Amino acid sequence: MDWLYVLMPISGVTIFWPGLVILGIGVGIIGGFFGMGGAWMVTPGLNILGFPMAFAIGTDIAHMAGKSLISTMRHGKFGNVDYRLGVIMIVGTVAGFEIGAQMIMWLERIGKVDMIVRWMYVILLILIAWMVFADVAKKRKMEKELKAKGQDVDKLATGIEWHKTFHKLKIPPMVHFKAAGFTCSAWLPIFISFVTGWLAGILGIGGGLIRMPALIYFIGCPTHIAVGTDLFEVMISGLYGAGTYTFKGRTELLAAIIMLCGAAMGAQVGTVATKYIKGYGIRIAFGIAVVGCCISVIMKLIPRYIDGTKVAMDIASTTLILGLVAALSLYILIKMIQGAKQEVAAKKGRA
Amino acid sequence: MRKLWIRLTGVMAMALMVMPDVVLAAGEKASLLVIVADTRKLTGWEAWFANLYNESHLYFTIVTVVAIPIIGVILGFLADLVMSRIGIDLKSRELSEH
Repeated sequence: MDWLYVLMPISGVTIFWPGLVILGIGVGIIGGFFGMGGAWMVTPGLNILGFPMAFAIGTDIAHMAGKSLISTMRHGKFGNVDYRLGVIMIVGTVAGFEIGAQMIMWLERIGKVDMIVRWMYVILLILIAWMVFADVAKKRKMEKELKAKGQDVDKLATGIEWHKTFHKLKIPPMVHFKAAGFTCSAWLPIFISFVTGWLAGILGIGGGLIRMPALIYFIGCPTHIAVGTDLFEVMISGLYGAGTYTFKGRTELLAAIIMLCGAAMGAQVGTVATKYIKGYGIRIAFGIAVVGCCISVIMKLIPRYIDGTKVAMDIASTTLILGLVAALSLYILIKMIQGAKQEVAAKKGRA
Repeated sequence: MRKLWIRLTGVMAMALMVMPDVVLAAGEKASLLVIVADTRKLTGWEAWFANLYNESHLYFTIVTVVAIPIIGVILGFLADLVMSRIGIDLKSRELSEH
């Protein structure tokens, strides 16, 4: 069974390559569907496959850039990417990252930075999950009330509508975002991307997990446009990050390419699945992913308060994340197959 | 509007030039330890690739940053071909709700 293992030329370790392909498929599906890089899912997977930690992050970012490119291409064809919004947001994201990074260095000098960051991450994830599920609950309540009155439900209606208040701010220059379908002050996406970039900089994450809900709830993007536009951002930051980490000698390109082979197919499945799942279906699944991520971070915090639980918590957290990746990928794959079958059957019926 | 675009492009270009390290500085730090690839067991392209890594991280970075999007586009195109065989419409999306 030697053929199932491949020697990594840079790190010198031998890796079970089908494992890399499977991991690539899983995160490709989830990334294409939710519009995020998914570093929090990939790193534990690479660890299990025996990947040296020094190379895990760089390799993950390199594969993320390629995967996001594939997803962005597909989302772009569906009209899910607002390029103007994406480009404007890069300005805020870069500036926010810079300040976040400076703040984290200041916190490092004070000490206990790791604890502060992890608890901040937990609070942020709880807030995002609350926002998503409160929105879903509000929308359902509205639908029930309208149905009880015998009125039609507006398919463009949303539960939480904070973006409408932000759109009332008429600070020039006003910009129209064609794909997203709204006009607002250019300062709104710049400010929101600055805040999300700042948070991502402090937390040391890519930011897709924060930016996607921010695009929906604060900027007012329809869910599909938020997913596509976020992937466009992830693609640019991923390529830049790949360059930075590779220059430090921390990327195993062969592993990234093997993962990309799986991710190419996974990204297509995840992206095409958005065609068959309503915006709110994506939001609910995203909320579940956020809850899973939050629990895994809490599990990593427990050993700091209870001695002797580190090994158990590491195993439990990795199992949870990989189980979540498998379950969500399967759900998205099934939805995509069901949708495709219905579409093909409808086409045959028309012919 | 045109002025805004020119300014935004300028700011972005400057940010990318001035802040090579800082953008991802908050991520897990790569240690200063120098890793050297062991080329003794390698032959062919693997040996060439590992040597490139050992000799110049700059060239290795250029190869990586150029290779990733090219491979992404090729794989994306191939995956596109596979998906188009299913017979579904891959150019539009009917659902238009939030």
